[in-house]
Amino acid sequence: MSINAGIDVIVSDVVEVNSLIKRFHFKRADGQQLPAFSGGAHVVIEMEDGEQRRRTPYSLMSSPFDTTDYQVSIRRDDEGRGGSLYMHREVTTGMAMKISYPANLFPLDLRARRHLLIAGGIGITPFLAQTDQLNRLSADLELHYGVRSPELGAYLPELNASLGHRLHTYYSDEKQFIDYDELLTRQPVGTHLYVCGPSPMIDATLNSARSLGWPEAHIHFEHFAKSPPGEPFVIELANSGLSVEVGREQSMLEAIEAAGVDAPYLCRGGACGQCETKVLEYDGELLHEDHWLEDDEKARGQKIMPCVSRFRGKRLVLER
Amino acid sequence: MMSTTQYASFKSRPLYGTLSPVSATAHLVVAEGEGSEAVKTLVASASAEFLDNATLIYAKGSGPEDATDAMQALGFKRFHTSATATASLPRLNAALDRLRMGTQIYLTGNESALSLFVKACADAGQDYQGLQTEHHGSLARRMQCVHCKGITENVTTQPAECAHCGLLLLVRDHYSRRIGAFQGVNINAEDPADVPAKEEMF
Repeated sequence: MSINAGIDVIVSDVVEVNSLIKRFHFKRADGQQLPAFSGGAHVVIEMEDGEQRRRTPYSLMSSPFDTTDYQVSIRRDDEGRGGSLYMHREVTTGMAMKISYPANLFPLDLRARRHLLIAGGIGITPFLAQTDQLNRLSADLELHYGVRSPELGAYLPELNASLGHRLHTYYSDEKQFIDYDELLTRQPVGTHLYVCGPSPMIDATLNSARSLGWPEAHIHFEHFAKSPPGEPFVIELANSGLSVEVGREQSMLEAIEAAGVDAPYLCRGGACGQCETKVLEYDGELLHEDHWLEDDEKARGQKIMPCVSRFRGKRLVLER
Repeated sequence: MMSTTQYASFKSRPLYGTLSPVSATAHLVVAEGEGSEAVKTLVASASAEFLDNATLIYAKGSGPEDATDAMQALGFKRFHTSATATASLPRLNAALDRLRMGTQIYLTGNESALSLFVKACADAGQDYQGLQTEHHGSLARRMQCVHCKGITENVTTQPAECAHCGLLLLVRDHYSRRIGAFQGVNINAEDPADVPAKEEMF
């Protein structure tokens, strides 16, 4: 499918940013410039991890004005399904890899009079590209960055240099936390809000904004959900006439792909809606993990997002 | 009265609703002419605290009625008057500069005034989807000539002449939110001698 066509790249550099985070640089294998992108865009990286092919989305953090390489920063997640561990352990300079074309599900709204950016931990990465873009446009911005400690706060020196007093840091080890109500109450009319970080931070920000009467059109967030590890189960693919086992560390989408079925996807993080699949029949419990389906849709049990969601029960039949 | 001629004939054609008070940290109400009716209904259905943190900007407009006294009597914390919607824009811009996110904005008046008010909010970075609007009065349109880009105010006929370049234009429902105007396209480009009859339409 053309939407899933990839770019052949070479890993041009791997940099240890701190004890948890590594930065990976990619150049096009054919030496050409990479496609243009806008701040907030992500790429899906394909990883050939032994028997398993993983595809995981990462935000582009490098400048949208420089397409000689793409850069992503990846935090090692020792409890995850293994994508970040593979990147940290196996990926070295000079390796050939495949990445998707960039897509942006977290774009800036450039009609805003002011941009209020809120980052938690590794959620800083899209904002590195966005602040670069906004700085070149001389746009009004403030970045509020919550991390555990100065040591684990990736890119603090760079952000200090580019943003100065427009950067506000909060170190949870020092009991510093963002006061969302106070922060959101003092923003001028015309402010757009962007938040990327762990779920509790996104929830707190959205709850505060909504209760203070911020219009939905001014609220932007990005959180790539993950398919959590879980008990293996079997799905029946009605259109393909196949029965596929989903392993403990595998997503449904990965299992469908491994069976040779070409299924649509874009973000692989439960955010874009591209992989939405009809549930034809089930006896058990659909374990929805995405941000795409509305709560009532999840309750009706007629659709599922196979990139992140799972199933527990006797039988699940998908229209695929 | 709500206009019965509004329907989503074109995706960008603005649709207007009914003003209704919502919970917010502050309220900004901007009304032109017969929009005073919507303001009265809005205040009548609001809680007592609504007026304590509310601003009303009222432009009398070109109609015969002048609701200025009635609007002042409603008891808004801040009250400003202007002769026309255009003349009220500096007041509106000053309020948009002063107010904070969490302010609910309510706009009412004729089609042309609503175009101006929504555009002023957009220029201040406020998305149209977060604004409440209610239409009262004339359907006369602001029209942009797509050829010379000139804006003609108070367009009531179909077709209509561009006040700037003189071309006879088909007034479309295609609307530009950035410019705050309906788009007018030359109706007789092939044969300027073919002049269709004008009808009062808006």
